[in-house]
Amino acid sequence: MTGNAHDPRLWTPQEVEEILRRHAGREGPLMPILGDVQAAFGHVPEGAVPIIAAALNLSRAEVHGVVSFYHDFRRAPASRPVVKLCRAEACQARGAEQLAPLLERDERIELETVYCLGLCASGPSALVGDQVYARLDETNVADLVALAARGSAL
Amino acid sequence: MRIFVPGDAAACAVGADEVARTLERLAAGRGLAIEIVRNGSRGMHEMEPLLEVATPAGRVGYARVAAGQVEAVLDALVEGRDHPACVGLVEEIPFLRRQTRLTFARCGITDPQSLDDYRANGGLEGLARAIEIGPEAAVEEVVASGLRGRGGAGFPTGIKWRTAAAASAPQKYIVCNADEGDSGTFADRMLMEGDPFLIIEGMAIAGLAVGATRGYIYIRSEYPHAIKAMERAAETARRGGLLGPSLLGSTHGFDLEIRVGAGAYVCGEETSLLESLEGRRGEVRAKPPLPALVGLFGRPTIINNVLSLAAVPFILAEGGKAYAEFGMGRSRGTMPIQLAGNVRNGGLFETAFGVTLGELVEDIGGGTLSGRPVRAVQVGGPLGAYFPPSMFHLPFDYESFAEADGLIGHAGIVVFDDSVDMARMARFAMQFCAAESCGKCTPCRIGSVRGTEILDLIVAGDRVDEHLALVEDLCETMKFGSLCALGGFTPYPVLSAIRHFPEDFRREAAPAEGGSNAFVD
Repeated sequence: MTGNAHDPRLWTPQEVEEILRRHAGREGPLMPILGDVQAAFGHVPEGAVPIIAAALNLSRAEVHGVVSFYHDFRRAPASRPVVKLCRAEACQARGAEQLAPLLERDERIELETVYCLGLCASGPSALVGDQVYARLDETNVADLVALAARGSAL
Repeated sequence: MRIFVPGDAAACAVGADEVARTLERLAAGRGLAIEIVRNGSRGMHEMEPLLEVATPAGRVGYARVAAGQVEAVLDALVEGRDHPACVGLVEEIPFLRRQTRLTFARCGITDPQSLDDYRANGGLEGLARAIEIGPEAAVEEVVASGLRGRGGAGFPTGIKWRTAAAASAPQKYIVCNADEGDSGTFADRMLMEGDPFLIIEGMAIAGLAVGATRGYIYIRSEYPHAIKAMERAAETARRGGLLGPSLLGSTHGFDLEIRVGAGAYVCGEETSLLESLEGRRGEVRAKPPLPALVGLFGRPTIINNVLSLAAVPFILAEGGKAYAEFGMGRSRGTMPIQLAGNVRNGGLFETAFGVTLGELVEDIGGGTLSGRPVRAVQVGGPLGAYFPPSMFHLPFDYESFAEADGLIGHAGIVVFDDSVDMARMARFAMQFCAAESCGKCTPCRIGSVRGTEILDLIVAGDRVDEHLALVEDLCETMKFGSLCALGGFTPYPVLSAIRHFPEDFRREAAPAEGGSNAFVD
């Protein structure tokens, strides 16, 4: 449910159809549909694009263009738990750039960069799934990685 | 006993959920009658988790309480003893006492998900008055307030509303821009989590005023707590008559939907946001036509920032004139200023326009967290200018910052100490623009990439004078040739860094150049 799908799930056209049904009749439904597909499968499968396009009377290129525009929509699921570290100015001012190499080196997780989690007076900060972490330093970032990595085992 | 444990993301990110769980478990184990309220944050982020206990004298705070300390705090409370984490009466803390909280009046005080609590603390009075005075008068109150768009552009909100109200169409929309992507800002997030009904009320008033019956709140995906809070609150509002076919029993109807972004910074730009809502790439539209006339799905649309809409209930309840009495010059009312980055007392500080930058950073913010001297502050997010302490006399208002080649934007202030490398920050501004450009216009799409490359050369000490001239020329092109503020304002941080901190752009250059010149000569 978190979109943090380190466990690459198989997807089926039926599940995509089910998501489409949930959004039938909505105004401008493409973004909520893609959001649900991303959340369900940890990525937007290439095979889902023509199904979505047909249902919304769009061309495949139009749907593909939207998928490729937004950072959140992945083309393939992450192979490891994703830790999103904020590397925007406020977190930089509080030492985020010192933490980034530690996370980059760690093979248990995949480091993603985000620009701002709105925790700018308590950075460095990170997001794992829907859980936010702040006041990170070299010590507690190790705990965070261990926690995120354990999540993958569950 | 009533105990408040903030449910705000800034508190949860440092253990507030665990504190609340521990408290609940201990209370149950000891058979204590404790009501735990997950309030919003007071905005003193260094103190989070800030646990508060209701007492006859007022609410007493315990700062930075870790889950492991909850038992000791509880013991102290039950036995009437002091505890080292106690910070006394929360309302008396200078950081709070010095503020003028109009928009954030309830944030941190009430239960954000209780509509009854909202109503009991002055909520819904604005909407009730709007229903009473009718659409035209409601628009004129907003015009009279002098409220300007709090998202950054500072366009007069009332004028926008007048334009949309005058347009005739079978459907109009109210869109709340909650795509708060600027680093150093969190006011929208805090308000969505700490007083969500205020935003809903502001949107309902806007709907009534311009004749729109549908609304959208576009929240960035990086704000999972705010998304949940707004979704829950919208559901409650629907059940409580704050949304639906009959607002507070009147003949006006309005309803809204929460939409979630997908990690594109540029969608904070209003036309890009509308494209995204319609299900397209978040590419910026050329203006005109104005969204107030041709907006969402081609219909007249009011698109306002969270803070603009949240200022509206006060304006309607107390009158536009009451709001306009705060502030200075053409900047009326209050601004929720966000102190962020390397600052000792970071957080949200709402005050009337006119306070100086120095007061904010040194006096209220308490200087840097690291204890080192302040070297630079960036005001207004990634597209805002960097200022040195020699400019701390600047009063915080739209015009003063514009005159100083800067902007207040969404009122975030990011503090840096003397370890910052301003050439690196200038490069980062270009790199950020390259990463987030929607790609529609050339100055932004190509300019930001070339800008990053040229700044790399400057940092490497390669023909610094020549390349600095080139960057300045490129910045002129981006400033005047870009479609929106992303490409158009990226020159602010770059040029201000070069202008105020020239020494950082010549660090490695000086010896290298001197050496080569000696050889050639």
